[in-house]
Amino acid sequence: MSTTAKKPGSNGSGDAVLKMGRFFTRRGEISDDGRTITREGGRGADSFYRDRWSHDKVVRSTHGVNCTGSCSWKVYVKDGIITWEAQQTDYPTVGDDRPEYEPRGCPRGAAFSWYTYSPTRVRYPYARGVLLEMYREAKEHFGDPVEAWASIVEDPEKAARYKRARGKGGLVRTSWEEAVELAAAAHVYTVKKFGPDRLAGFTPIPAMSMASYAAGSRFYSLVGGTMLSFYDWYADLPPASPQVFGDQTDVPESADWWDAAYLMMWGSNVPVTRTPDAHFMAEVRYRGTKVVTVSPDFADNAKFADEWVAIHPGTDAALAIGMGHVILKEFFVDTATPQFVDYCKTYTDLPFLVTLERRGDSFVPGKFLVAADLRDDDWTHPEADSLNAEFKTVVLAPDGGPVVPNGSMGYRYGEEGKGRWNLDLEGVDPAMSMLDVAAGDTYAVEIDLPRFDAPDGEAGVLRRGVPVREVAGKPVCTVYDLLLASYGVHRDGMPGDWPQSYDDPDGVGTPEWQQSLTSVPAAQCIRIAREFAATARDSGGRAMILMGAGTNHWFHSDTIYRTFLTLTTITGCQGKNGGGWAHYVGQEKVRPHTGFSQMAFALDWQRPARQNISAAFFYLHTGQWRYDSHSADSMAAATGKGLFAGLSPADMLASSARMGWMPSYPTISGNILDHCDAAAAEGITPQEYVLRELKNGNIRFVAEDPDGEGNCPKVMTVWRSNLLGSSSKGNEYFNKILLGTDHSLRADVAPEGHRGSEVLWNDELPEGKLDLLLTLDFRMTSTTLYSDLVLPAATWYEKYDLSSTDMHPYVHSFNPAINPPWQTRTDYAAFSALAEKFSELARVHLGTRTDMIIAPLQHDTPDELAYPRGVAKDWRRGECEAIPGKTMPKMIPIERDYTLVAQKWSSIGPLAAKLGMPTKGVVFDPTPDIEKLRQHNGIVRGGAGAGQPSLARDRDMCEAILHLSGTTNGRLATEGWKQVEARTGKHFTDLSEGEAGKQITFKDTQLAPQPVITSPEWSGSEHGGRRYSPFVVNVERLKPWHTLTGRQQCYIDHDWLQEMGESLPVYRPPLNMTQLYGEPEIGQPGADGVGLTVRYLTPHNKWSIHSEYQDNLLMLSLARGGQAIWMSVQDAAKLGINDNDWIEAVNRNGVVASRAIVSSRMPEGLVYMHHAQDRTVDVPIAEASGKRGGIHNSITRILFKPSHVAGGYAQISWAFNYYGPTGNQRDEVTVIRRRSQEVTY
Amino acid sequence: MRVMAQMAMVMNLDKCIGCHTCSVTCKQAWTNRTGTEYVWWNNVETRPGQGYPRTYEDQERWQGGWVVKNGKLTLRAGGRLKKLLQIFANPVMPSMDDYYEPWTYDYDTLISAPLGEHTPVARPYSLISGKPMNIKWSANWDDNLGGSPTLTREDPILRKINEDVKLEFEKTFMFYLPRICEHCLNPSCAASCPSGAIYKRSEDGIVLVDQDACRGWRQCITGCPYKKVYFNHRTGKAEKCTFCFPRIEVGIPTVCSETCVGRLRYIGLVLYDADKVLAAASQTNDRDLYQAQRDCFLDPSDPDVQRAAIAAGVPEDWLEAAQRSPVWALINKYEVALPLHPEYRTMPMVWYIPPLSPIVDQVTRTSAGDAEAHEVLFAAIDSLRIPTSYLAELFTAGDVPVVEAVLKKLAAMRSYMRDINLGRDPRAEIVESVGMSEEDVYDMYRLLALAKYDERY
Repeated sequence: MSTTAKKPGSNGSGDAVLKMGRFFTRRGEISDDGRTITREGGRGADSFYRDRWSHDKVVRSTHGVNCTGSCSWKVYVKDGIITWEAQQTDYPTVGDDRPEYEPRGCPRGAAFSWYTYSPTRVRYPYARGVLLEMYREAKEHFGDPVEAWASIVEDPEKAARYKRARGKGGLVRTSWEEAVELAAAAHVYTVKKFGPDRLAGFTPIPAMSMASYAAGSRFYSLVGGTMLSFYDWYADLPPASPQVFGDQTDVPESADWWDAAYLMMWGSNVPVTRTPDAHFMAEVRYRGTKVVTVSPDFADNAKFADEWVAIHPGTDAALAIGMGHVILKEFFVDTATPQFVDYCKTYTDLPFLVTLERRGDSFVPGKFLVAADLRDDDWTHPEADSLNAEFKTVVLAPDGGPVVPNGSMGYRYGEEGKGRWNLDLEGVDPAMSMLDVAAGDTYAVEIDLPRFDAPDGEAGVLRRGVPVREVAGKPVCTVYDLLLASYGVHRDGMPGDWPQSYDDPDGVGTPEWQQSLTSVPAAQCIRIAREFAATARDSGGRAMILMGAGTNHWFHSDTIYRTFLTLTTITGCQGKNGGGWAHYVGQEKVRPHTGFSQMAFALDWQRPARQNISAAFFYLHTGQWRYDSHSADSMAAATGKGLFAGLSPADMLASSARMGWMPSYPTISGNILDHCDAAAAEGITPQEYVLRELKNGNIRFVAEDPDGEGNCPKVMTVWRSNLLGSSSKGNEYFNKILLGTDHSLRADVAPEGHRGSEVLWNDELPEGKLDLLLTLDFRMTSTTLYSDLVLPAATWYEKYDLSSTDMHPYVHSFNPAINPPWQTRTDYAAFSALAEKFSELARVHLGTRTDMIIAPLQHDTPDELAYPRGVAKDWRRGECEAIPGKTMPKMIPIERDYTLVAQKWSSIGPLAAKLGMPTKGVVFDPTPDIEKLRQHNGIVRGGAGAGQPSLARDRDMCEAILHLSGTTNGRLATEGWKQVEARTGKHFTDLSEGEAGKQITFKDTQLAPQPVITSPEWSGSEHGGRRYSPFVVNVERLKPWHTLTGRQQCYIDHDWLQEMGESLPVYRPPLNMTQLYGEPEIGQPGADGVGLTVRYLTPHNKWSIHSEYQDNLLMLSLARGGQAIWMSVQDAAKLGINDNDWIEAVNRNGVVASRAIVSSRMPEGLVYMHHAQDRTVDVPIAEASGKRGGIHNSITRILFKPSHVAGGYAQISWAFNYYGPTGNQRDEVTVIRRRSQEVTY
Repeated sequence: MRVMAQMAMVMNLDKCIGCHTCSVTCKQAWTNRTGTEYVWWNNVETRPGQGYPRTYEDQERWQGGWVVKNGKLTLRAGGRLKKLLQIFANPVMPSMDDYYEPWTYDYDTLISAPLGEHTPVARPYSLISGKPMNIKWSANWDDNLGGSPTLTREDPILRKINEDVKLEFEKTFMFYLPRICEHCLNPSCAASCPSGAIYKRSEDGIVLVDQDACRGWRQCITGCPYKKVYFNHRTGKAEKCTFCFPRIEVGIPTVCSETCVGRLRYIGLVLYDADKVLAAASQTNDRDLYQAQRDCFLDPSDPDVQRAAIAAGVPEDWLEAAQRSPVWALINKYEVALPLHPEYRTMPMVWYIPPLSPIVDQVTRTSAGDAEAHEVLFAAIDSLRIPTSYLAELFTAGDVPVVEAVLKKLAAMRSYMRDINLGRDPRAEIVESVGMSEEDVYDMYRLLALAKYDERY
């Protein structure tokens, strides 16, 4: 049928080959010109590919933990084997005129199924052979598991022996039965001997597998163990959000980027860290939205930018202040932009009055003027004696009269405030500045403002004038007046030291000044500022800043973020679709929040739960505090009062703990259960007993004596996490002190005279504090390698669970594509078994005991009224009486029947309905929903949970979460809005009442991602299918933010923030590691004259989600196959380093052995080690230590900021993962050295 | 006129985030098996960069594609005699080192290591030799300009353009180039095959290797200038991207397209006149090839074409698909998609919209005006961080104005839409200055920006 006629134009060489082909085979149709061969699909020969494609079923699931993507996936199964995965494309539409969410996913997720059958899969339970041998022997001898465990850990030689073996191999197989028994015995022993607060559980990011998180946290909460925080620990929490918004974090869904008319990506490398969402950023450019990238390197997202701003790392606040300077000058002072001014008056604290305090020959900004101040000899304002008058902030009317507007915290609590907690100014037009007050009596004074822009970061003072009036005998000005002074925007008549123009390099705040710090050209700063503000004005607030780890992981991230928030706030962009801040790093949004927190922390059985701040916990218990020789006042401002003088960071922590500001578990010396028994024996309450003993010093806070006998965690369980290979800042301190095994720590402890003044120093450095490290995982990580017990976990394709995120507005499900293979179990099943065994052993050893939780003062409760005006008073120092719940933590006794833990774990307790379920001040009543759950999940027969809904299976837990949350249960949402209406006097129920009959069930989430319902659990609105943007409810419905003023706060008057010089947004440079720790200066060689000192940053990795996937063969094949450090061409040249050479990064904290990637996209003086490349893959022995080269956190450590342990006052109060010290790690430096290219393993 | 239907793809590089999801999903679905460990039917290259296999674009070296000799189209690697002489010898083809030596790790040691001195570690070993290895190269080694001082210089395109591209921090640029088989109209792989095992499916133009017929001569590897035919070292046969025909046949997009989270891939039918292909491929001037290939395409709305198509056996619903084809629209209606290396003369059928790149800083460093004004944007095109000459070497055989025209259209679309975005009256003159109507720009905006699933495929 084929022809071979030669056509003109062909010389026949092509068909000659084909002729040859026909010689060998005869098939197909050769083209007339003899050039090509066509066939009607050779179906037979292609059967291989058809077979390859064929599959038996497709199951919906997703990837849990680690990632905020919350992407729904199709998992393909053939012959009972998971073959591969691809993204689901069935997200409900976001509108005909916008890009959709499909497909969501990334290469990491696409590589997940590799783990299922990979050789790194944990298939069976394992224990360290040394320990297991001891245990079996002891069990043989004692018969009782708890006594057996005691005999090992109480024998110093035995204990040291198995602890020293941690991380060095020697894992042997055990059975589930034996493993669970050993673990339960350790738990029971610890509760009995040291108290339940010596148990700690670590698992992060519940949003991406809520039931798996809740399985363990519910167990820990029921036994009284401590759940460790993660958001602050990861340094992903932006403390600026609680400070400014009174909200943990609330951000736009990614589809709202599409609404932006101006989009800055500032320290957020969207294509890498928000891979499935990046398309919205790419696409919105086609609407004419300008995109700006601010990044030290030519980051992946710079490719998309109209403008790449190459900034010196860590100096971002200076650029933002320079931009703020331009906007304040051009859009406020020179020409007032009505839109901006009106916004600021209604939604920000800028018009609120701040008192000025006399300091020497000048003034410093002091506390907010409050209603309680509004009295004189002959005059008293009607609100001056009202309830909570110290929490009612004040503005001035244009006539100069003080006005106490609605909406401040004083109206949030108590009967009197009902109906008045709103942002309605009721016709008052507050003065933005004292200069705006028409009547006389305004004068100017000079004030001292803190500055930190000296090259060495040393604190200085800036003297500038503000307009002042006397109100109730106090000199006051507005926050706006202070902001202008701080940002260097001069107005006529103001005395002091002001910049002459934008070009003034010495004028703090100017574009030229920022250039000297950031290296960003002043002209670029000015242009972007103008464009940003003009676009915000012209678009009604649709200018957005995407910010992330690049700016949030610094020690002073909160000051950086506050300068960003100043930009988005003064231009009226917050609470607008397409505008405002968009913080994207580790932010986790459990959309069904209320039900989740009830279940996860067993609040349905007892309240509260022990929840801890991880950075402080690890700072103390990995001994890092002993290596800090600087005083906390080295962080303070020159305008401070000396509050931190002579105090070490650990002293600050102890002070914070005993004032009730921050949680601290283990809390006090001795066993809290024994203390309660002792109280009972004396016939007094546990509170009375503990208070007495604390005051007389017989009992101490653990934070005051962290190395005291028994004052440390004894058992830690890690699940859904690789703590030791990923987030353990100061990894070598963990190895040495917490685990008691080999380490590469090179630092020396603080010398005498530099050890603070309050926390006890124990000359003997305890090592191996933990008796048991238990990990549940499906793959081998640093954490499993160092664990005593490893339990084989089911993967995300092998269980039921729920997922949500703030990147999109849907809730969707995990479903098992296959059953857990080998001996793996879901986290849910594993903790069920542990709870059972614990309860069984408790019958002999524990029974019913009284526990007492010493709990911190909590945000969104009346606790936040404890310290009026944010004045720090420490009872230990005799500054006030010790009163639980007022000047110290609350003390709440809880009776625990330890034999019923398993029964309670697997049923919904009575308190949910009886006491309601509080979330951010709204108390939801789930009575009808509990009844529905009885039908849905089945009723428990007998035992502690008799008659209650069952939680026996993971699916039951998912149903409970969905039924008990407003976002997934329209009735609850509407009920919640009614409460908000009662408090605010404004209308809200229309946001959800149309969906009051809607209940999203687990079945629904299995069918497709389900859009959630607008609920007071969050600040945005999905009502009517709109895109989620935070604070639109506040802006549109005049609902106050959860702050002191009820507005977005530029100014913060908590004592400790004021002492830091951070009342206002301010520029603080990266920490100076030479001054703090004696590290060589950047650009200099190491102490031994070898190598080069550089700034060391650990941004997110393109080839992994934290440590997940970095060991995945597909990702390793696309990357460099192991640990790598990116460096500049210049630095590499100085060190004689070629691309792919082996190098080492060394500092006092440890050492990392790695390959080098040399690239022109990196600036000089800076290296990137993309974080959480674990030591498990191709990491040789390091020259510097003779030990296995470390992980990225081997050369970092914890450095917490005193203002992050402030609390007890308004929005500066603790809540779990809401406020607390961050585990920041960006300020570190390291020496890079080329090492021998011959490596050994 | 001999109407044939071709399944084709357009990738909008302006939207590519370089995430490699396409590579991973493709590999997981098709080539994660023994013999194809090193094979990535779909790969993503950072440009500038060497590509995979490295420097594959250097045809002086690798001898792929066609050339016109004395007015005649001929395989660059040589004609009949040469092929016959070579048939039992190694053809010119990349070695394992040019792809990469695939590896894995002794992961098992993490669990099984006995108690020892150090933390256990999984060491790499070769999937070819089974021995421990020192990893030195991979399919994506120079990702994101890794190793740029030494590696990027070897980029054959960079070497070609005369402009002095400095690899300095301040002038850094990069973009991503995802690649699959081009499913060419004039496939040199097929023409190179001594066994006639490579064929173009007559119904949809997908180029396949008949696994029963392949004798493993590997001449196709030499013949393909894109190096998108691979040798399975276990079966001894050639394998290549199948355009996911088992999915395409049932109306599902290819794996790489559906899983592309940048949403930048479009699949559609294009009708072409098979009788024109040879003449088009035989243009003497390389820069005429782009237009010549477009001239082969047939307008599916033209009644004559429709009649001829029906006569040629193209089903009616395929005709409708051709009319709705986003690929047709992007190539021929809006003229923003360009072929990859038309100078290889294989008439590739995976086309690309070239990327914009940071632009404003170049222009506005000196002016404080509105960086989004279209005049500024247009002026900026020739000072893009990505040199237009580089893009031209990829897509137009070096013809810079053609690339500039595309980039100006994208810039004009942005500028035009900005007024609408901000609630101002749109200005027709902006789009007219690039030869487009307001309607066309709006439709193109929908296709590129909204890119709904049903409109992409």
